[in-house]
Amino acid sequence: MRWQRFLSVLKARDREFVRDRSALAWNIIFPLLIIIGFAYAFTGDSLDQYKVGVIHQSEENQISFYSTQYIHFIDIDEAEATPAINKVKRHQLDMLLNVDQKRYWVNDSSPSGYMLEKVLAGSGGESYQKQQVQGEQVRYVDWLIPGVLGMNMMFSALFGVGYVVVRYRKNGVLKRLKATPLSALEFLSAQVVSRLWLIMAITSAVFVGCNLLIGFTMVGSYLNLFLVYALGAFSMISMGLIVAARVKSEEMAGGLLNMMSWPMMFLSGVWFSLEGLHPWVQKLALIFPLTHITEAARVIMLDGAGLVSILPNLAALLVMSIIFLLLGVLLFRWE
Amino acid sequence: MSSILQVKQLHKQFDQLKAVNGVSFEVDEGMCLGLLGPNGAGKTTTVEMLEAIKTPDKGTIQYRGAPLNEAFRNKAGIMFQSTALQDFITVRESLELFQRLYPEVSELGQLIEDCALGDFLDQETASLSGGQRQRVLLAIALVNDPDIIFLDEPTTGLDPQARHNFWRLIHKIKQKKKTIVLTTHYMDEAYELCDKIIIMDHGEIIAEGSPRDLLSKHFNDVVIKLQKSDDLESKLMSLEDGQITMSITRHESWIEMQTSDVNQTVKQLMEAEISLSTMQIRERTLDDLFLELTGKELRA
Repeated sequence: MRWQRFLSVLKARDREFVRDRSALAWNIIFPLLIIIGFAYAFTGDSLDQYKVGVIHQSEENQISFYSTQYIHFIDIDEAEATPAINKVKRHQLDMLLNVDQKRYWVNDSSPSGYMLEKVLAGSGGESYQKQQVQGEQVRYVDWLIPGVLGMNMMFSALFGVGYVVVRYRKNGVLKRLKATPLSALEFLSAQVVSRLWLIMAITSAVFVGCNLLIGFTMVGSYLNLFLVYALGAFSMISMGLIVAARVKSEEMAGGLLNMMSWPMMFLSGVWFSLEGLHPWVQKLALIFPLTHITEAARVIMLDGAGLVSILPNLAALLVMSIIFLLLGVLLFRWE
Repeated sequence: MSSILQVKQLHKQFDQLKAVNGVSFEVDEGMCLGLLGPNGAGKTTTVEMLEAIKTPDKGTIQYRGAPLNEAFRNKAGIMFQSTALQDFITVRESLELFQRLYPEVSELGQLIEDCALGDFLDQETASLSGGQRQRVLLAIALVNDPDIIFLDEPTTGLDPQARHNFWRLIHKIKQKKKTIVLTTHYMDEAYELCDKIIIMDHGEIIAEGSPRDLLSKHFNDVVIKLQKSDDLESKLMSLEDGQITMSITRHESWIEMQTSDVNQTVKQLMEAEISLSTMQIRERTLDDLFLELTGKELRA
């Protein structure tokens, strides 16, 4: 690896991106528009729905409360009790029931929780013991922002590397570079590093811009959040390298990149929680880097989670990055 | 003169197509070698194997007695048939980019002067004209002060001024005793620039030598051209019935007569009362040789 060659290719790629004003502007404006649009679209009370998490729900201990209409009951594993209580604090769950322990949690500032408490008391749940929690309501936009930032990174990473390298291959730029002493490792490293720092710079700008425009909840460590987004961006850039490795036509690259990005966009928990989905869909979502980015960023921003809590997500992103990177480099052909 | 490139028994096949089939030749240091051939003759595949862009199926290529290795990449300058440069990058930045990829480089100011890039140095490469673009690509091929330069159809699509300008640049390179391997469709270009030419067809070499040697080996005649007129054909037919010293080829608006004895042929034409007002006499060219060797039928 010759650093001079790596740095010169890196510089040229950065120049190309920064001077492409329309692409640069779109990378910043697109996520801002989405966040602001959703912030306004989901403001108000029209989407209120009663949501009750239930731990240890079984046929034997059914009470008539469970057959109440217009309440969405969500099965919750006992190991997930603490995050579920956090959701009650943030008004994301209106009530949490532990059937074995005959206890329930409601937020003392939640009108929905109050209503559900009355319904529970009148429908076989008189013996349940109340556990009161406190916490401010988390707006949908607060919940949305960590995922939208990740989604924007995903598009920038996949298309910024996958599509661009395929275009280089098609128009002969790669062939010309192959004729020089530049190695594939030097070329690919420059593409990865260039895209990584540009994504982080743009994500930071969008983060600050959104905060100034609409304000949002950020409880945790900025350093931890930076780590999650940097590793997440790296994993998705590496994913883009797999497409960049061999594909010769931009149309084919576009199709493959859409095939990768669309399932991630809808099944990574960016727009809605995965909790209500079929268990196998929830399992499937774990193979997407965006799921881990969204989960980790969300718990940092909303719950102030530390590194230990997000370690499984970081480990998953690291493993994915290594696999994608190895595949991308091994499969790479200049022509 | 020592040989800088030795090519032995090169073979390259794409599916059922034998693109290059047992090609061997040597390139002497400081020589300009022209590779000619009709479309699909295998010249670009051959050159791309020489450039180490494609790997031969069989055969060897040696640069200064060693296989094509990093030393070759460092000292080879390459200008492909079609190359795009990165978008939004200026001419100067492109030159600097390529300069940093090599351990030894040409002096940038000299290169800019030699290739006459001064007027558009800070222009983005995407906005250049065809001629300017080819000069930039040539400058990039020269950026590492190469010992051997590969130029693959460098003047295709250029107007006559741009082509002649480009030839002047190649003459400058030749004066510096650089070795050049040139592929071209233009016979006048090969004649103007090349010390030796190789004509390929169907993946094989069908002729090899200096342009003059090849012409003198294949032809000992000249061509007399006459513009077609109403009575020319009938007069020529009467001439053909007798004993004549020429062979006649008919074109759309011209008739060409190949003869080794111009005086005798002109005398015969005058005796047949053929008007010589449109007569032109020319020597045989590489175009004639090319068509004679590769045929006149249109290739796919």
